[in-house]
Amino acid sequence: MQKFDEMYTSLPYAFFSKGEQVRDHYKTYDAWLARQPGDMMAQRREEAEMIFRRVGITFAVYGEKDEDGAGTERLIPFDLIPRIIPAHEWASMEKGLVQRVTALNRFIHDVYHDQEIIKAGVIPRDQIENNAQFRPEMVGVDVPNQIYSHISGIDIVRAPDANGNGEYYVLEDNLRVPSGVSYMLEDRKMMMRLFPDLFSAHRVAPIAHYPDLLLETLRASSPSTTDEPTVVVLTPGMYNSAYFEHAFLAQQMGVELVEGQDLFVRDNFVYMRTTRGPRRVDVIYRRVDDDFLDPLVFRPTSTLGCAGLLNAYRAGNVAICNAVGTGVADDKSIYPYVPKMIEFYLGEKPILNNVPTYMCRNKDDLAYTLANLKDLVVKEVHGAGGYGMLVGPASTTAEIEDFRKAILANPSGYIAQPTLSLSSCPTFVESGIAPRHIDLRPYVLSGKTVQMVPGGLTRVALKEGSLVVNSSQGGGTKDTWILEI
Amino acid sequence: MLSRTADHLFWMSRYTERAENTARMLDVNYQTALLPQSDAVALAGWQGLLSISELLSTYTQRYGAIQAREVMDFMVKDESNPSSILSCLGAARENARAVRGSLTTEVWETQNQTWLEVKRMLKNGEFERDPAQFFEWVKFRSHLSRGVTVGTMLIDEALHFMRLGTFLERADNTARLVDVKFHAVQSDFFGAASEKDQEYDFYHWSAILRSVSGFEVYRKVYRDVIKPERVGELLILRPDMPRSLHASMNEVVNNLSLVASDASSETLRRAGKLRAELQYGRIDEILATGLHAFLTQFLDRVNDLGAHISREFLVPVSV
Repeated sequence: MQKFDEMYTSLPYAFFSKGEQVRDHYKTYDAWLARQPGDMMAQRREEAEMIFRRVGITFAVYGEKDEDGAGTERLIPFDLIPRIIPAHEWASMEKGLVQRVTALNRFIHDVYHDQEIIKAGVIPRDQIENNAQFRPEMVGVDVPNQIYSHISGIDIVRAPDANGNGEYYVLEDNLRVPSGVSYMLEDRKMMMRLFPDLFSAHRVAPIAHYPDLLLETLRASSPSTTDEPTVVVLTPGMYNSAYFEHAFLAQQMGVELVEGQDLFVRDNFVYMRTTRGPRRVDVIYRRVDDDFLDPLVFRPTSTLGCAGLLNAYRAGNVAICNAVGTGVADDKSIYPYVPKMIEFYLGEKPILNNVPTYMCRNKDDLAYTLANLKDLVVKEVHGAGGYGMLVGPASTTAEIEDFRKAILANPSGYIAQPTLSLSSCPTFVESGIAPRHIDLRPYVLSGKTVQMVPGGLTRVALKEGSLVVNSSQGGGTKDTWILEI
Repeated sequence: MLSRTADHLFWMSRYTERAENTARMLDVNYQTALLPQSDAVALAGWQGLLSISELLSTYTQRYGAIQAREVMDFMVKDESNPSSILSCLGAARENARAVRGSLTTEVWETQNQTWLEVKRMLKNGEFERDPAQFFEWVKFRSHLSRGVTVGTMLIDEALHFMRLGTFLERADNTARLVDVKFHAVQSDFFGAASEKDQEYDFYHWSAILRSVSGFEVYRKVYRDVIKPERVGELLILRPDMPRSLHASMNEVVNNLSLVASDASSETLRRAGKLRAELQYGRIDEILATGLHAFLTQFLDRVNDLGAHISREFLVPVSV
């Protein structure tokens, strides 16, 4: 397997390299790091942890206790070494993201209306309509601006191409309720607080205006004609693992953070209960899954949503962001078709690469997958959070055989991809500075236009050699710099 | 604003204020216990403290006989006691966390920091090492919390509900404090006491005053020796004494009228009536009808006010 590092042009790993093997956009940082006294980074890390705890930037872990046996609040591991992307690379990635998300929105609209893409034979009908994320309730429903995925988190990795040069690949589209953007913003704040001198030495593109763009996007989706639509953030509550982010975004946008119990529907309009009586709600930025939104339509036992919400939505009296039913487009079984969608709807060549994907529902792909399990990454079509996957090269024979049985029992439930050698980035771990694998999640906002702040959330697999970056499985985060050089 | 948000803000402030007043009461008892006095008197002090907090039976079930050390532990760090300082600070922080988006960063961080610190201090045995210092710390965190609230929060409904919580809780707590302390020295109230007892009384009265930061205030207002009826007047009727019942009710009424959209609000009417009685009341009348009876009735009415606030603003009945 070829290796690719973000900071160094060649491996084996050598730190404080006097600039020789350091890629251009990391040179200033490398020189700065070499000048720092030995224990500085450890001190800064302690400082960061103290601040994160005081500010309460935590995520809840269900059923776990901290050392006092009291809380269930964990700090998200934050790494001190930034991930740097040169501005010209970002510029092309940004174009690719706009293109991809535009096509995905067109696709969702099409799926719930005329289904041109099925009629044209690009995607088989059963792939869409038999998908558990396909919501028949949405067929024929018109949403403002025909935008379904207002906030899209696109997971991107970097890996060597055939010539050993770094190339970006889209690993996954997250079109339901992508999370993590608050860490992107807080990581930057923390870096500026800990290392102000770094920011005077670099021209790092700012990202702090994300909440403004988000509010603008949400307002643009309002179905009402008022100038000042009422936007709310709907959270499952303070015991949800992403509660900090929900509260943070509501506060940064200056809108109410509501729970299901705060909302009610009357005559197909949605209201919130306030100290001055009911107040109409126009846009709901929901951080609750489809299944929990409306007990009358989806899961009847859910108390997280609001009875009657879907009727109000279908009547066009409230916007739900992201729309109901976006999951049909971010499923792993739909992912392989995204490049074709781009060509179909936009008539353009895809700018961003997909990872080559074998769909086990196809006979040939299945045969190939079964023959090469030890080299492939196999994923459950509906899996998420880094669960339900097999990383062939890192698995035992027994694990591989278990997966083989599972695939054979239900081939269409799986896809397989070559094991990408994800790029790594110097990371400050217990043993010092060492390479760890990373990915990148930019947050793409679709309202009247498609826009985003430069960069995204870089997640890092803190376990040595691990390719899984999810925070539920020992992943951390890094500040991401888009750098003019 | 959301009714649920108002509810959390209201209770956040109440718990913060309650933690402060518990610290004040414990501090005074702890300081008084240092005076030369019989065991029986000292015991009565701790017992009184538990009974005004309506915790006497809970305490005896759990700990048995009354002992200073254990009463303090119970009131400071027993998490199974919902009125302990630790529980109050925890509840204040949980309420703050539920609505952190409605608070300024400074207010939230103050609440969160207080919680993290109190856990650390209790774990490290800092309370046992120096109880007085610990009580002082609790008081100052409460001062800080109020200061950062009025210093950074937008002057809108959220702030009014927080202030409402603070002063309703304070009215309740001061009434309880006055009740227990006057109760402890009631025998002396109408004269017939020995000279020695009267000397000790001075310490009791000054302890009451100190517990509400009123000792210097008393001297300044009355320029007189400490007299029980004047202490009563100061803590119940004076509108310029910041922890008195009258001053607390003034703030309750002010903040209520700012959040009540309806001028005919029943909650506001009841609060106004209670305030008026303090405004036009006289200490000799109160003493003539009985201080304990007066305070018991006052506490009932504060409690009733809390229920009305809750019904009118915080948990509106579904449409």
